[in-house]
Amino acid sequence: MSEKIVTITVDGKKITAPEGAWLLPVCLEHDIYIPSLCWLKEMDDPPASCRLCLVEIEGLPEPVASCRCPVREGMVVRTNSDEILKLRQVAFRLLVSTNDGHCNTCIANRSCELQQIAKFLHQPLRTKRLRHIDRDYPEIIDDHPVLMYEPKKCVLCGRCVYVCSQNERGYKLDFAKRGMDTIISFYGSDIDPAAKECADCLACTEICPVGALSSKEKWRRFIAEVRLKQEQKKQKPS
Amino acid sequence: MLEQILASLDESEREAIDEEELQVLERVESELVTFPSEPSHLLPILQHIQARHGYLPKLALRLVADYVGVAIGKVYGIATFYNQFRFNPPGRNPIKVCLGTACHVKGGDIILENFERRLGIREGETTADREYSLERVACIGCCALAPAVVVGDKVEAYVTPSKVEGIITEIEVRKEMAAREQKKNETANG
Ligand code: SF4
Ligand code: FES
Repeated sequence: MSEKIVTITVDGKKITAPEGAWLLPVCLEHDIYIPSLCWLKEMDDPPASCRLCLVEIEGLPEPVASCRCPVREGMVVRTNSDEILKLRQVAFRLLVSTNDGHCNTCIANRSCELQQIAKFLHQPLRTKRLRHIDRDYPEIIDDHPVLMYEPKKCVLCGRCVYVCSQNERGYKLDFAKRGMDTIISFYGSDIDPAAKECADCLACTEICPVGALSSKEKWRRFIAEVRLKQEQKKQKPS
Repeated sequence: MLEQILASLDESEREAIDEEELQVLERVESELVTFPSEPSHLLPILQHIQARHGYLPKLALRLVADYVGVAIGKVYGIATFYNQFRFNPPGRNPIKVCLGTACHVKGGDIILENFERRLGIREGETTADREYSLERVACIGCCALAPAVVVGDKVEAYVTPSKVEGIITEIEVRKEMAAREQKKNETANG
């Protein structure tokens, strides 16, 4: 396949890329950071659902999701305007308004992509500007024989569903329900022998941008450590 | 197919399946062959099971998943997207709380909560004795009676928390009376 190479301008910087490539990875390769949660470079058909990757393109009336925007010759892109920052902030606030992570006791603390994006967008992880919606789910769901799921941390990015679909073996994760009730479900994993094979994969736990999915084994070890530390703190006279 | 699935279950899981459910599963298994075993027939199959048996038992989803070659997690994901499917058997007294616009405005959600608390189940569930099941529905066409509830096939109008109590008590009393009647007949005949 002969690829045509085109030149585009991003934030005033001229860069070259194969025509038709998605804009988001092109920018990332050239050290222009664009936040994203729902996108993975392996995806042929990105869902474009998190709306954190919005950019402005000259000549287009509205901002577009860069993860699904094909590169064209002469394109002029802005990723850092005030407008774009504001829009991304709104998307972020909407996201965290249903989120309820406790960073201090979270397995993903400091490696969490949501924390990183919060910093980049100058937003707190608990927004005061939108009413917080407490989704009617327990803190942990442990139906799966191998996986531990914390629905209140899940940003519903769908990365786990994607990587799981790429694996031939194992139990298949998917979204269940819809709207505010959408959740990653493990229904049937108790009666599906394939679920035990998940122990050899765990790709979903590695791809989760936050601490919502982990292997039970790792999770238990982590919680034991947290408890131990809390105990030690209590015992130390201060 | 069913036999193999049942054989793969733990003792406790097998025991959790009651006679009624087993019958449903056996019938589902024999009905499945009337559908092509292709993923594109997933929804018609689910609709058929829902219409014929009133709910989708977990093991039936497993049967269907194996039959059309779609993972059970995906089948559940698809089924839960639609309001039409239930995952618990209907109770002998199905209670449907209307949460259409008018009933919602008039506090239908509070009524639903009242039923949940009274029966000790959540919306979409069935009591362990299969006496009651609880469901939310969107507009039953009785907006003037809001908040409305359908118990069996009877519409209850202007429902209040105390009326929730009354509805359940009435069913319990009727049940008690029927039981006595039966006993009386038995002793009379016996
Ligand atoms: S569990 Fe993690 S990877 Fe999966 S949807 Fe939730 S946040 Fe995304
Ligand atoms: S990365 Fe583009 S919308 Fe999520």
